[in-house]
Amino acid sequence: MGAVYTLIALGLTLIYGVLHIINFAHGASLMMALFAVYGLNQVFGLDPYLSMGIVVPGMFVFGYALQRFVIERASHERDENILLVTLGVSIVMENLALLLFHSDTRSIDTDYTLSTVTILGCVLARAKVISFLGAMVVSAFLLVLIQTTDLGRAIRAVAKEKQGARLMGINVEHVYAMSFGIGMASLGAAAAFLLPSFYVNPTVGNGFVLVAFTIVVLGGMGSFLGAWVGGLLLGVVESVGGLFLGDSLGQVGIFLIFIVVLLFRPQGLFGAKT
Amino acid sequence: MKDLRLIVVFALVVGLVPFLSHSGVVLNWLMMALFATLLSQAWNVLGGFGGQFSFGHAVFFGTGAYAQALFQMSWGLSPWLALGLAVLLSALLGAALGAVSFRYGLKGSYFALVTLAFAEVFRILALSVGFTGGGVGLMLPLSESLGNMQFSSRAGYVWLVLSWVVLALLITAFLRHSRFGAYLQAVRDNEDAARALGVNPFAVKCGATMLSAGLMGAGGAFYLQVFQYIDPNLVYGSHTSIAALVGAIVGGMGTLWGPVVGAMALELLSELTRNLFGELPGINLVIYGALLILIMVFLPRGLVGLKDRVQSKSQRARQPLGLAPRSGVDTISHPSAGDSPIAATPARGGHSDAA
Repeated sequence: MGAVYTLIALGLTLIYGVLHIINFAHGASLMMALFAVYGLNQVFGLDPYLSMGIVVPGMFVFGYALQRFVIERASHERDENILLVTLGVSIVMENLALLLFHSDTRSIDTDYTLSTVTILGCVLARAKVISFLGAMVVSAFLLVLIQTTDLGRAIRAVAKEKQGARLMGINVEHVYAMSFGIGMASLGAAAAFLLPSFYVNPTVGNGFVLVAFTIVVLGGMGSFLGAWVGGLLLGVVESVGGLFLGDSLGQVGIFLIFIVVLLFRPQGLFGAKT
Repeated sequence: MKDLRLIVVFALVVGLVPFLSHSGVVLNWLMMALFATLLSQAWNVLGGFGGQFSFGHAVFFGTGAYAQALFQMSWGLSPWLALGLAVLLSALLGAALGAVSFRYGLKGSYFALVTLAFAEVFRILALSVGFTGGGVGLMLPLSESLGNMQFSSRAGYVWLVLSWVVLALLITAFLRHSRFGAYLQAVRDNEDAARALGVNPFAVKCGATMLSAGLMGAGGAFYLQVFQYIDPNLVYGSHTSIAALVGAIVGGMGTLWGPVVGAMALELLSELTRNLFGELPGINLVIYGALLILIMVFLPRGLVGLKDRVQSKSQRARQPLGLAPRSGVDTISHPSAGDSPIAATPARGGHSDAA
């Protein structure tokens, strides 16, 4: 679970780190990606892991268009407006899903849903092992993308110094939208890894959105390393909290961490700037 | 003074409606519209005038509703007394949460997130602890009488909620014309400058949160009296926070009449969609969300900003669009009122009582 959290948080931290906006539609977008994976599986019988080939580019295009045509136009250069617009987007998406799919909880059945593997004497669900490894691979890929490619350099330049980057001939709006698209695409990957061992319903994103925020805040806004550590840490906290307090109260643990971190260490564990 | 006159006129006109029409549809709509207005106006106190965007105002709504229920059912208090206590409790909670958040300097997106988290924590706690009835919810015994604050016709509820809306409007008018309101707007526009002039931003923001939370708590208590049933998802759920926020933003943040216009327009719209599409789940919120986006893109100052925009278009080049009153939607439109020269120049009053 922690590794998938990491993947979700990586998308969020990328968007935050570059655009300095908090994307409230992150949870709803994840829900949409989950439904896409689910739909592809139900209609075409596509394996969830294979559906990544469609869902990831699809989410990328969606994210690019959303930033370019909706969020940017509504922002009027004010952060609060972006916050409100992404909130509006998430409300629309969530309730459209509610309209179309009703509030039923669905999950998919694959031949490996219930199979297990034994690693170092521990019996683990195979789907969870795959999602852990997959999430690690995808996040390593993201890191390479950001660190070594031209696009990655442009993204980092814009994140550091918007005006300077613009003067150097970087198309800032394009880079913004690319970052948003990449953030969304990593949600698509997360959805594909998540679904075999998880479920989907229209409000599933709500649970994740605060979790992702907590990870990002815990790890330090915009820090990749922070998102990794934070994601794994939070997966542990949730499991342990659930073990001792029961499932619903276990969630309170996450929110309490979130509030406490925000209050006492808003720069996070690995964040440099306050 | 002009504000006060308008509020009195508004109260009289709306208050007379139940005498003119006994139609259940009209009164029911009016009651819900006033209820939505109360929530939006409550949000507006903190979000519009204080510039602190709360995404979790349901936390105060739910606390007001549960306090109203428990004071009556467990302690046997009169609902009128319970209402006062519920509002007080919500206001205290507002002060406490505000103090915690602002003490550590949370603002902007961080404040929005932390309020959202507070609302979630309260929702989960209300589901888990015993005295709230958990997921089963609480049912208020039905017994219609004035003393029980349960009325046989909607008219009683209309007057009840109208009185709260009027109080909320008076508080908003107070924010526009008082020293405290001027401090609050100064903190919203530039916190550092306000502090330099001797305003205590922490105290001012906590005060605004308290007022806002109290009004929201009244909304929650009213909800219980009308529907006689609450459960954690209903009163602590995010849809309440959203309704409050969207109404204020659609109408126009930081204005006196914006939230009234916005909430009424939204309520009309949702009534229309109910007639068009029937009871589809979520259709209302789809419209709320879409409207929020559209307003942010095209009318960032809300419906009330339209008027100003039409007027000013011919006079001056378009200014960068920001929060409503800064460029004078209402604030400087009547400096002749005499009672508050400060409202027009928020920062000036600061140094006179720097203590």
